[in-house]
Amino acid sequence: MLEIKNLVVNIEDKRILNGLSLTVNDGEVAAIMGPNGSGKSTLSYVIAGKEDYEVLDGEILLDGENVLEMEADARAAAGIFLAFQYPLEIPGVGTMTFLKAAMNAQRKTRGEDELTTPDFMRQVYAAADKLEINKDMLKRALNVGFSGGEKKRMEILQMALLSPRFCVLDETDSGLDIDALRIVSEGVNALRAQNRSFLVITHYQRLLNHIVPDTVHVMAQGRVVKSGGKELALELEASGYAEYRSNEAA
Amino acid sequence: MADVTTLRTAAETGLSKLFEVQRLKLPGAAIAREEAFRYFEAAGLPHRRVEAFKYTDLRAAVREAAPPAEAPDAETARNAVKAARGFAGIEAARLTFVNGHLVAALSDLAGLPEGLEVVPFAQAMSEGHPLLDHLAPVEQTRENPIYQLNAAFMADGVVIQVAPGAKVERALHLRFVGTGNAPFSTATRVLVVAGDEAEVTILESHEGPDGIAYQPNDVLDVVIGDRARVLHSRLNIEGDAAIALSTISARLGAGSHIETVNVVTGAVLSRHQLYLHFAGDDATATVNGAAMIRDGQLADSTLLADHAAVGGISREQFKTVIDGDATGVFQGKIIVRQIAQKTDGKMKSDCLLLTDEGQMMNKPELEIFADDVACGHGATCGALDEDLLFYLMARGLPRAQAESLLVQAFLGEAIEAVSHEDAREAMIAEIEAWLARRG
Amino acid sequence: MPAVQETVDRVRAIDVDQYKYGFETTIEMEKSEKGLSEDVIRFISAKKDEPEWMLEWRLDAYRRWLTMKEPNWARVEYDKINYDELYYYAAPKRKAAQSLDEIDPEILKTYEKLGIPLREVEVLEGIAPERRVAVDAVFDSVSVATTFKAELAKAGVIFMPISEAVREHPELVKKYLGSVVPVTDNYFATLNSAVFSDGSFVYIPPGVRCPMELSTYFRINERDTGQFERTLIIADKGSYVSYLEGCTAPRRDDNQLHAAVVELVALDDAEIKYSTVQNWYPGDSEGRGGIYNFVTKRGDCRGANSKISWTQVETGSAITWKYPSCILRGDNSRGEFYSIAVSNGMQQVDSGTKMIHLGKNTTSRIISKGISAGRSQNTYRGLVSAHKKAKGARNFTNCDSLLIGDQCGAHTVPYIESKNASAVFEHEATTSKISEDQKFYCLQRGLSEEEATALIVNGFVRDVLQQLPMEFAVEAQKLISISLEGSVG
Repeated sequence: MLEIKNLVVNIEDKRILNGLSLTVNDGEVAAIMGPNGSGKSTLSYVIAGKEDYEVLDGEILLDGENVLEMEADARAAAGIFLAFQYPLEIPGVGTMTFLKAAMNAQRKTRGEDELTTPDFMRQVYAAADKLEINKDMLKRALNVGFSGGEKKRMEILQMALLSPRFCVLDETDSGLDIDALRIVSEGVNALRAQNRSFLVITHYQRLLNHIVPDTVHVMAQGRVVKSGGKELALELEASGYAEYRSNEAA
Repeated sequence: MADVTTLRTAAETGLSKLFEVQRLKLPGAAIAREEAFRYFEAAGLPHRRVEAFKYTDLRAAVREAAPPAEAPDAETARNAVKAARGFAGIEAARLTFVNGHLVAALSDLAGLPEGLEVVPFAQAMSEGHPLLDHLAPVEQTRENPIYQLNAAFMADGVVIQVAPGAKVERALHLRFVGTGNAPFSTATRVLVVAGDEAEVTILESHEGPDGIAYQPNDVLDVVIGDRARVLHSRLNIEGDAAIALSTISARLGAGSHIETVNVVTGAVLSRHQLYLHFAGDDATATVNGAAMIRDGQLADSTLLADHAAVGGISREQFKTVIDGDATGVFQGKIIVRQIAQKTDGKMKSDCLLLTDEGQMMNKPELEIFADDVACGHGATCGALDEDLLFYLMARGLPRAQAESLLVQAFLGEAIEAVSHEDAREAMIAEIEAWLARRG
Repeated sequence: MPAVQETVDRVRAIDVDQYKYGFETTIEMEKSEKGLSEDVIRFISAKKDEPEWMLEWRLDAYRRWLTMKEPNWARVEYDKINYDELYYYAAPKRKAAQSLDEIDPEILKTYEKLGIPLREVEVLEGIAPERRVAVDAVFDSVSVATTFKAELAKAGVIFMPISEAVREHPELVKKYLGSVVPVTDNYFATLNSAVFSDGSFVYIPPGVRCPMELSTYFRINERDTGQFERTLIIADKGSYVSYLEGCTAPRRDDNQLHAAVVELVALDDAEIKYSTVQNWYPGDSEGRGGIYNFVTKRGDCRGANSKISWTQVETGSAITWKYPSCILRGDNSRGEFYSIAVSNGMQQVDSGTKMIHLGKNTTSRIISKGISAGRSQNTYRGLVSAHKKAKGARNFTNCDSLLIGDQCGAHTVPYIESKNASAVFEHEATTSKISEDQKFYCLQRGLSEEEATALIVNGFVRDVLQQLPMEFAVEAQKLISISLEGSVG
């Protein structure tokens, strides 16, 4: 599924990722944990194709194809989905307008027909119901005036509608209360499938109680420094990141 | 401006010659025209040393005085109108002007909605129609050379009276179409007098041939009675070589309301002037503009909101999108006179520069003489937000589509205010068409 | 901050007749003949013992000035200035002082009364001894004293009257004078170039952080005399200086002209912080008398990563025409303008700034607070522009006006010119009166109406006051307090 090889990334001449390698298999849920500033969010942006990041070395292969040369929209069409840590508010763009545009753009890139309006509505309402997103929210401009929890649920709604192959969840638990965390996690869990993998980026173990990972990777100094099973997350919870921070200082 | 003595340009000399010929032919008393032209002649074509034209140099832009267009023959008029697209297909009573002349055969002069009375301008001038006393309702237009040039040359148009209390539901569409293979000029004058508590919707569309340097100079005078409402939408989709000058001057009675929204994609140079005079207490105004321009174009919106009565509310919102080497200009001034306590005026101009070549000139002014007021203005200018673009692209929208969506959202804020649903839709369609041409 | 209270009192008092720096110093003066001519310029130049090149520079400016016209675009109205009826040079007759003991005691008394310490042992009240301020005191056309010169010299800092600098550091003066404000920049700057009398010269060598605040105190005393000071500050690479300026004048029924030029040059990584308390005599409540303050102030961020910050508190002058500006030439340079302009009585203020973005990633910030009272007119006029090459330029402008009473005016005339898509400009402006709700809230909590107004105005100007160096705040407070002495009760 996704293979990252020796990724080296700078932002404005500052090294953020420093030879990061990581493999996520089909159907796998991989968690990335690490102290603040270890490069977790950078990794998510680089996978999704944000500009301003200078990739100096390495590859990101999705099903064997290097995505680094692709624009963000092409990566999305290829099946990469990033649930943003801070979803953006877009005044003037209706949520439904946006959802339809995104779904159809991806279908078009994949050579599929556009959705008919009734089909589109059915899909949106069905997915929205599961995430407890009411119709009123769908009528508003995208994310404008949404609470933190509403924004995160809107991210998962998009994930559900766009049926990606590879999902990156960037600190999806940040700013969520316990109920919202449950709804979001259930939404994600419902999407787990044999042909879909997840990369769950989080600082805390809490989220991983709800979205139980298959593998856990610890990131520090811009690379993966330790990998293991889900028990690794519990170890980290107990021991903290101190060990890895001192590495950074060294 | 008195400090600069410059030679008269070919265009200025040409205009003087044209005026000598036209003034006797044109309807109405020559004396008023004479006065207007003398003002213009003394001022000359305004240039960048004239503060109000700092960014829009008409002396440089208008090389030659284009001759006033003759009234078209029936077939020319029919053909021109056939191709017209501005607000086409909207259910409305239509008055058609071809090359600045009212074409009765293509106008719904009969069967106008109840409460509306329309008199052709030339006829009104010849008769000395009493409503003409309402012409030039805003004082400050007297010092505007564009307005005075129209006053000197105004050849046709209509006088529209809305009976007091009449709520005219059906919109009145003033359709201005230019046609011809050589440069020409037009000077139309529309006067709307809305009686107390009347309500009327006026749509205006302006279009003409590409590649011809024609010069329309259109004026809309509006006198709004107490508690009356005038809703006005305007579409400038003029030909790509036109130098399009236009002015709206409106006098607002007590408790009255004006909504005027102007969408611009046309003309190589356009200047849209708005003069609002808040004469009665508690009048309100919504004044918006959306301009989309590309290589070589200049679009100027110049606004004066003069609050001379208590409790006026004005909301002005201008949006400019610039693609390539084009220039956007916004000059807005809110005046609050000493008597105009409790005025609430907010003015905003935002610009999106889609490429590095464009430029935007903003001059939002406040001139306040009353203390109990809440006035403000804002201006922003910048490129599309890269983070928003990334967000959209990460959802699979190609860059061009993501940009279009953001541009539409940006302009949409100015157009939302349009009360007439079909007009609003038509404006959105113009934005989409412009974006589609952008490719 | 008590200075705020004083500022507020100043506004609220609304009675410009209470100007308390309005006293006159009686002292024997030497003047040039009335009016302006090449002879007068030669006289000034000779008085200052200037080299030939300086005289030529002045004469060249004078000849150009003769061909120019007074600008009329500002929102100020005044009777035509009769340039032939002015004295262009006036200096205390006593010979140039070598030490304070030689200065005319009347002058010393004047500065004492104004609260300006001319003795190095004196320190401003409330300031710890280590926070000293070096002062250059300019009395009409000449500098009468400059303190801490020796100590500054130890750090390599040159701080002296510009007339001395012309003689002692001609290479620096030649290189930088007129390089920011060209001789022909505008009518008043050109006049200044022809007749400038004195002012301060500052040079901070590379890498030096000026060990103390520098300040100049300008005093107009003589009748019918124009003051044309010239200040030139050069911060060489990596240096830092904070400079303060204060001004007062006696109270007279006729108007007096003040046409100064200030030039700042910041080279790579240098920073100049320039603060002003402008408190020239504003005229009486009927608009009689007062200073015509036509000032050209401009800073050139010539080097990369340089920074120039203007802070002004404008309370005086019958007419203020003043736009301290920044040319952001060096990449990553930064310009700032913080202003409080208070007008009342019949005062007319037309002030603002220009931020000219030429270099890449240049940033600027404008915070302007105008307070109009009485029958005054207060205009903010500003320009922010980004050149095509100024990629990544940023500006934020906030300009707010407060009106007290319905006989005054507050105006905002910004020009915002962007020729670059990567430039991001944000501008916001508001005009309002003191919120009745806020006032009521304060009254309900037991404050008097005056206290409530003061408190709210404090909040209104806080953003700017925070920019002031502590020395400045104290000095400002002191200056203002003199003006209010005995005025109430």
